Amino acid sequence: MKYLSIENIKNISIGAAMLGAGGGGNPFIGELMAINATRKYGKAKLISVDEIDSEALVVPISVMGAPSVQLEKFPSGKEFIKAFNLLESHLHQKIKATFPIEAGGVNSMIPIMVAAKTGIPLIDADSMGRALPELQMSTFTLYGHTATPMSVVDEKGNGALLETIDNYWTERIARSIAVKMGATATVASYPLHAKDLSKAGILGVVSLCEKIGEIVSNINNFLTVKDALNHLLELTKGFCFMEAKIVDINHETKAGFNFGTVKLEGFESSKGEKGEVDFQNENIVFKLNDFVAITAPDIITFLDVESLNPVTNEELKYGKRVFVIGIPCSDKWRTKDGIKLVGPRYFHYDIDYQPVEKRFKEFK
Amino acid sequence: MIKIGIDVGGTNTDAVLLDEADKVIEAIKTHTTKDIQSGINTAVAKILKKSNVDPNDIKQAMLGTTQCTNAIVERKDLARVGVLRLGFPATQSVEPYTEWPDDITRKLSGKFAIVSGGYEFNGETIADLNFQEIKKILLSWKNKIDSVAIIGVFSAINNKQENEVTQLVREVLGPEIPISVSSKIGSLGLITRENATILNSSLYNVIHRVCEGFKGALAEQKVTNASIFICQNDGTLMSTDYAEKYPILTIGSGPTNSIRGASYLVKKKDALVLDIGGTTSDIGVLSNGFPRESSIAETVGGVKTNFRMPDILSVGLGGGSIVRKKSDGTVTVGPDSVGYEIEEKAIVFGGDIITATDIAVKLGMVKIGDSSLTKKINLSLAKKAFETIKGILSEALDKMKTSSQQTNLILVGGGAIIAPLVIEGISQIFKDRYGSVANAIGATIAQISGESEKIYQYDLIPREKALNESKNEATNQAIGAGASKNGIRTVEIEEIPLAYAPNDTVRVKVKVVGQIKG
Repeated sequence: MKYLSIENIKNISIGAAMLGAGGGGNPFIGELMAINATRKYGKAKLISVDEIDSEALVVPISVMGAPSVQLEKFPSGKEFIKAFNLLESHLHQKIKATFPIEAGGVNSMIPIMVAAKTGIPLIDADSMGRALPELQMSTFTLYGHTATPMSVVDEKGNGALLETIDNYWTERIARSIAVKMGATATVASYPLHAKDLSKAGILGVVSLCEKIGEIVSNINNFLTVKDALNHLLELTKGFCFMEAKIVDINHETKAGFNFGTVKLEGFESSKGEKGEVDFQNENIVFKLNDFVAITAPDIITFLDVESLNPVTNEELKYGKRVFVIGIPCSDKWRTKDGIKLVGPRYFHYDIDYQPVEKRFKEFK
Repeated sequence: MIKIGIDVGGTNTDAVLLDEADKVIEAIKTHTTKDIQSGINTAVAKILKKSNVDPNDIKQAMLGTTQCTNAIVERKDLARVGVLRLGFPATQSVEPYTEWPDDITRKLSGKFAIVSGGYEFNGETIADLNFQEIKKILLSWKNKIDSVAIIGVFSAINNKQENEVTQLVREVLGPEIPISVSSKIGSLGLITRENATILNSSLYNVIHRVCEGFKGALAEQKVTNASIFICQNDGTLMSTDYAEKYPILTIGSGPTNSIRGASYLVKKKDALVLDIGGTTSDIGVLSNGFPRESSIAETVGGVKTNFRMPDILSVGLGGGSIVRKKSDGTVTVGPDSVGYEIEEKAIVFGGDIITATDIAVKLGMVKIGDSSLTKKINLSLAKKAFETIKGILSEALDKMKTSSQQTNLILVGGGAIIAPLVIEGISQIFKDRYGSVANAIGATIAQISGESEKIYQYDLIPREKALNESKNEATNQAIGAGASKNGIRTVEIEEIPLAYAPNDTVRVKVKVVGQIKG
């Protein structure tokens, strides 16, 4: 158990953006929400899942919708009260703890804000180990848990309780509600008992984010940036595929998602090499010299070559210099069902998933 | 017709006179003074005397200044701002002034209220305004604030509520109270726009003094026929009336003027611009005649904002950079510099510190001071130092390039003498004899601009109509800032789709420029 300081929050925010694989929303506004709540109500309590009664009802709280809208109209910070009440009165149980649904700029921070405000603990776990674009893309789905009963609420006080036949329907219905609520909504989903979370969740993600952030914030304590990078890679079991400069980016929006391609040109140790990353909110496929080098669900992330700060896809710009990093996803994703749910074929790429460590070995 | 342009920098105040064809008649440098008026006064007197120009012939006067930036950084002369955010119940999770440095929040009084109001991304209302609620808050602020900042959620889509609240503030606190509204200041991103609006609101006193000082100095030197303009950070001009409303737009105008001036001097529209000063080298990118803007949120005095700042990379290398030999035989240049003391400390001026300038003299690249004094400098050290300079510059330049192709480079600034004639990745280097006053020239040749940034749903408003509407709004803004109605042209159209938002929702940004109304 520990209490999260402002410094801890800033570090978690950096780590979450790194595991966010280029997406996961804007870390700036999320961080401010958690900091604002901490200054006003005191520190959030972080616990591991075995520190809570195994029968306790635990519920992740998150926002869904357009990240660009969230930059302009962010939550009142009280939506979760209604969201929790709807679930509690339906389930006739009190919610005893919350946790992040994913690791990403905004959704790692919302539960910290809620924990700081309510005093209920934040559990050190999530359901993705990274950020992913759709609601059904959760390790809970793999364990047969449904996202519903789920509540969708807005800052105005509107709320809906959903019961659906599967998690794909939940995604479709919840997204249209979110649009009507102003293209962003707060969601309390996947109500679980703590014992189910300990099986189906990805444990320790919040602490991992914090450790990642600690290295990045203290980059000056390392001899060189490469030295700090090596510590990061060791911590995340990741690989640096390329030192690259961004030479082209194109974006387009289709069916409510942001699609795009980033073209990269190697420099220094990668001189003469060419790379390409396709994203669909989050980075999906990285090709190095026209060969597939990393695919979802492994995490493809860009780090600034000077600060090691993760660069989200909204911040990409021509001429920016980055390390292209591949981080292995949770083993829970590396199953037949996991790959079906979040592998390259789900995103319409005719590519077989191969673990990043295997592909890296082939490249070197 | 003659134009005068003045750039007030940290160290120097430069002035230039340009004729009708924008040809340089005269250029001078003086020292910047503490009170802005006497510095400008001296500069104007000096250039008029040197050029023999009749002050009555000067029809336009432009000023580039860092006074507003300095006021924020030094927390000096800032007004107490009451912040009204229209968005309740949304957005309470991050209050105004969150994560501002304490000292500046205190200076501005830290007073804020989040009141009922705001719009959704599609223009629907989040909540109606409650005039009684706002009136009560304003009355409680009476005599405790000097100005008001009004920020509405999604005011880029609909600014009706912001305008209604502006009226109310005038009714309650009097017609004279300075008011800044966010829809006129920034685009999407509530917090960064709010921060910029608050800072803008805090600067009304500072900008008033700048404008009055400029007008006063010109009047003192009998320049009485000129229309007067202040430079914005996007390389265009605004009238003093406009500047008094939007002082925040002056922040970052220095580097912009330098890039634009460089472009003008060598007649190139696309190039890298390297401005080497005494302590640092600033690299900007000239793209279609304007500086490339930075895409990340800029911090001013510790406050995160959304300013349209030029994308500048600064490295610690200048004419006064100190040269050192390290124990392993390598030679470093900078990042520390002898700065303004170069005329005492550098070898060529009889001092005992080896500077980048001494290396340039030793290697015969330039004649400055007493070149015989460079005998003291070991030739192999000089050559190594030169390689270091070359390396620093080519690495920094490469960082700013967008492709591996060779690029043209424009070299300006007082320290430009230390640059090599050939730099890796650069196809050709352009220089001009007036390169050291590129700032003031950039100020003088500037045009007037207008900008609009809005969100459209193309399935509701067809793209063509949306673009036209944006162009009209930008054009009206340019005319408001002092542009002539004829000859306004669009220089930039940006359409960015919003992720996860439905129905082809696009953020449309249009920028136009025009000539000053004669």
